[in-house]
Amino acid sequence: MSLMRYITRGLRGLFKQRAKDDEIAAEIEHYFEEAVEAGMSRGLTCDQAQRAARAEIGNLAPIREKVRSYGWENAVRTWLQDLSYAARQLRRNRGFAVVSVITLALGIGASTAIFSAVNPILLSPLPYPFPNRLLMIWNTYQGARFELSFATYRELLARNRTFDSIAVFDLGDGLANVTLQGKGIPERLEGQKVSWNYFRVLGVSPSLGRDFQPSEDIFHGPKVAILSHSLWQRRFHGDPAIIGRGIRLDGENFTIVAIMPPSFDNVLQPTAEIWTPEQFDFSQLNSGNFKSWEWMNHLHMVGRLKPGVTRSQAVQDLAQIASTPSPEYPRPEWGSLKQGLILDSVQDDLAETIKPALMAIIGAVVLLLLVACVNVVNLLLARHAQRQGEFAVRTALGASRRRVLRQLVTETLLLAMLGGLAGIAVALAGVRALVFLSPAGLPRIEAIQLDPAALCFALAVTTVIGLLTGLFPALGSPHAGFTLALHRSSRRTAGRQSVALRALVVTQIALALILLVSTGLLLHSMRRLLSVDPGFNPDHLLTMVVHTSGPQYLPAAPDLRPAFAARLRFFQRAIEAVRRVPAVRQAGFGIPLPLSDDPFGLGQTGVQFEKDGPRGVRNLLRFGVSPQFCQAMGIPLRSGRFLDERDTASAPFAALISESLARSEFPHEDPIGKRLHVGGIDNNTWYTVVGVVGDIKRTSLAANEPEAVYTDFRQSWAVESPLSFVIRTSGDPAAAASAVKNAIWSIDPNQPIVRVMTMDRMIFTSEAERRFVLILFAAFGSVALTLAAIGIYGVLSGSVNERMREIGVRAALGASRQAILRLIVADGLYLAGVGIALGLAGAFGSTRVMQSLLFGISRLDPYTYIGVILLLGTVATIACAAPAWRASRVDPSITLRAE
Amino acid sequence: MSAGYRQLSMNDTNTDVIQGTLDMLILKTLSLEPLHGFGISRRVEQITRGVFKVNPGSLLTALQRLERAGWLDAEWKQTENSRRAKIYSLTRAGRKQLELETADWNRRSSAIARLLKAEI
Repeated sequence: MSLMRYITRGLRGLFKQRAKDDEIAAEIEHYFEEAVEAGMSRGLTCDQAQRAARAEIGNLAPIREKVRSYGWENAVRTWLQDLSYAARQLRRNRGFAVVSVITLALGIGASTAIFSAVNPILLSPLPYPFPNRLLMIWNTYQGARFELSFATYRELLARNRTFDSIAVFDLGDGLANVTLQGKGIPERLEGQKVSWNYFRVLGVSPSLGRDFQPSEDIFHGPKVAILSHSLWQRRFHGDPAIIGRGIRLDGENFTIVAIMPPSFDNVLQPTAEIWTPEQFDFSQLNSGNFKSWEWMNHLHMVGRLKPGVTRSQAVQDLAQIASTPSPEYPRPEWGSLKQGLILDSVQDDLAETIKPALMAIIGAVVLLLLVACVNVVNLLLARHAQRQGEFAVRTALGASRRRVLRQLVTETLLLAMLGGLAGIAVALAGVRALVFLSPAGLPRIEAIQLDPAALCFALAVTTVIGLLTGLFPALGSPHAGFTLALHRSSRRTAGRQSVALRALVVTQIALALILLVSTGLLLHSMRRLLSVDPGFNPDHLLTMVVHTSGPQYLPAAPDLRPAFAARLRFFQRAIEAVRRVPAVRQAGFGIPLPLSDDPFGLGQTGVQFEKDGPRGVRNLLRFGVSPQFCQAMGIPLRSGRFLDERDTASAPFAALISESLARSEFPHEDPIGKRLHVGGIDNNTWYTVVGVVGDIKRTSLAANEPEAVYTDFRQSWAVESPLSFVIRTSGDPAAAASAVKNAIWSIDPNQPIVRVMTMDRMIFTSEAERRFVLILFAAFGSVALTLAAIGIYGVLSGSVNERMREIGVRAALGASRQAILRLIVADGLYLAGVGIALGLAGAFGSTRVMQSLLFGISRLDPYTYIGVILLLGTVATIACAAPAWRASRVDPSITLRAE
Repeated sequence: MSAGYRQLSMNDTNTDVIQGTLDMLILKTLSLEPLHGFGISRRVEQITRGVFKVNPGSLLTALQRLERAGWLDAEWKQTENSRRAKIYSLTRAGRKQLELETADWNRRSSAIARLLKAEI
């Protein structure tokens, strides 16, 4: 009740100050009148009574002040006054304010964004209970990590004494992926095969249903599956009745036993949506031969330590097992564990490949934040030097030192706040850009979001540094200092500081140069790369990956051919349907698809030309294609003919070879009509070269692998699945996508279609990693350039203030404005020159690291270097201009009089 | 407490209100009847026979504070001599506060009295 009154009265005082003041004045006035009247009633004259009252009460004004100054709202009011004064100050020095805010925003924003991206990967604990007890266990092959076999798993599980439990899972190469069929569009799902205790080891349990049971993880065990929360929501609308019901996966019935919680972050295979048990065959482990799947190294292993067991104890324990084979657990040569086992925390394991790069980025960011701080310090110092006189006047007029300090703190805080707000905006944009641009394969990408802790840290660092700087001039000079400053500006400490500050500015420029040179080189590479001719025509080209899913498509021993035939039948009927779509001009299918993310090894096969004899087998790139594939792709025909409808299974086998291959194999002959084996020595069929086609790029625009062979699927022993469909359209290829998909599903609605993408887009994504690095460098480079410019400006402003007297003397002695202008600009350019020289040395060294990212340009490309030097020089000159201009305007009579 | 006290000077008869008692004096005065600022000041002086004189700055500040604490109500009214004055009156909470402070004061003053007696 009274608290309410306390607040409301205070607010009234704050917002209706005039009314309140009037009321106080009226009350005091009344008090005075009553006192006068009381005096008059004692028999005094009016005049006497007034005098007596005044003598008793005293001066009315201080009383009014005293009554007025009561209440919390007064502290607020003073603060608001300070704030508005500070805002006025900043408005009056717009240049200073804008530059400081930009500096702070860039420093805070960039460092927060990068730290937010790096934090979940390197630092923040994994989202599992006691994550430090989780260890990855690896086989060793030539010192590097390698997969393990089920047999090894069973041995370690039985013999170890340090782990609570150990789980295995497949290496995530897509073998566990399945097609979900049934109601709606068939969907290819990323699956993960796991041992029954996988979730228990991680320490998570399903939010609905029950975890896998040991009885389900046996050979020919029940077909059960666990779904991710997002899959459950997407495909089953979050219906809880799904538990215990069956779904069709790859043509077989599976029972859903559980749903994982939405918070479950499966860091070991983040994109998996469905889990099934491994179901290894234990009997194979006692069979005496090492031929079955159970003996192959294809598993990843994660274990949870017993409480209180240290990592080194576990390492010792497993090393001991590895070095002492037991007859109970026979080991094949590849599972001998002779090279020992590698144990690593899950976190380090995830970051292992990218740690150096990330650490480099963190280093750059720390540097950036530091540079930003230095700049703010610089700017504030220069500014305070300018304001010495103002402070001195205020002190002389009776402002207490505390009051002046408070004013300074308010101003610095206002600046920090503005910079912080802008920094938050920069950070938000930066994080979104990072996530959007990040290359595939960056671990824990879904956990990347703006990190409030990082933001607070960056804000705090810059603010504290700003505050210290803000207070430094005031704290440094005792009361007398201000008086002294009335007469002349203090020069005692400035000389010392400026050496350090100038060194930092030089560092900034050097850093900016290195980053800009790298950016320039990458930019050139990118431009050259994207102008590289892929060898085919990517315009109006739509691509998609079509799977076959179902038992009839799975090759099964002893005869694989029915499955291959079934696949080919489906693909042929599908492509015919596609060709009937109105917007489609040409369509074909093939494998591998150029410039796609098809695995590197896909399509590598043994090829032997007749002229070379049986020993002349070479490993070459082989494209399996359908008729119209080359036409749809726009691969040019150099001589002979394309593969077409003639080349049936019963016709003579025909092949196309690429231009480069023709040139290297038949430099002086016509290659048409020459014969070759494709598919290694096992295949004794002769293929006849019927045509020569242009070279194309396979994995990347940067890689040159021009030698290739093309054969038709009808004349091949195997038909791969999935295959890529390529469709040349008359209009916008993306617009035709759904018509094409529907055409394929009109043949079989149960077959999934994935990675639907235009070829233009595909080429763009194929250079994603290079682009990511480029954008990162470009962003850092421009930030560094801005900061360096601000740094030069700050240092020169400071030095102009310091040298005001000197400049005045020079001017008085007859130095022209140009001479003074030159003096200051030369000073700034000297700094820039030293920085550029250092930066050049750095760039020569550091660009060696990025050699692999460059394309078609030398890392010492003179144009890039000259361009960057010119850019830096120009920016530095501009940064010099303002202080130099101010110096040239110094009026000698004023400066000298001030002495 | 922010009640103001003039610096004690040697040649001045001390009429300052004892520290911490101004609130109690005001509350007590107002418990007799609602009054304006000058009225309170005069009444305190009269009742204490001039021992205490209330400084108007301190008084008006204290009145503001007490009002904010919810112990007083204030209202602008016409006085008998037809001036507009801010008249303060005691609220229920103020009455309770007065009782508390009175009890507290009695406890303290009797303790001091006992102490002084013991010394003599």
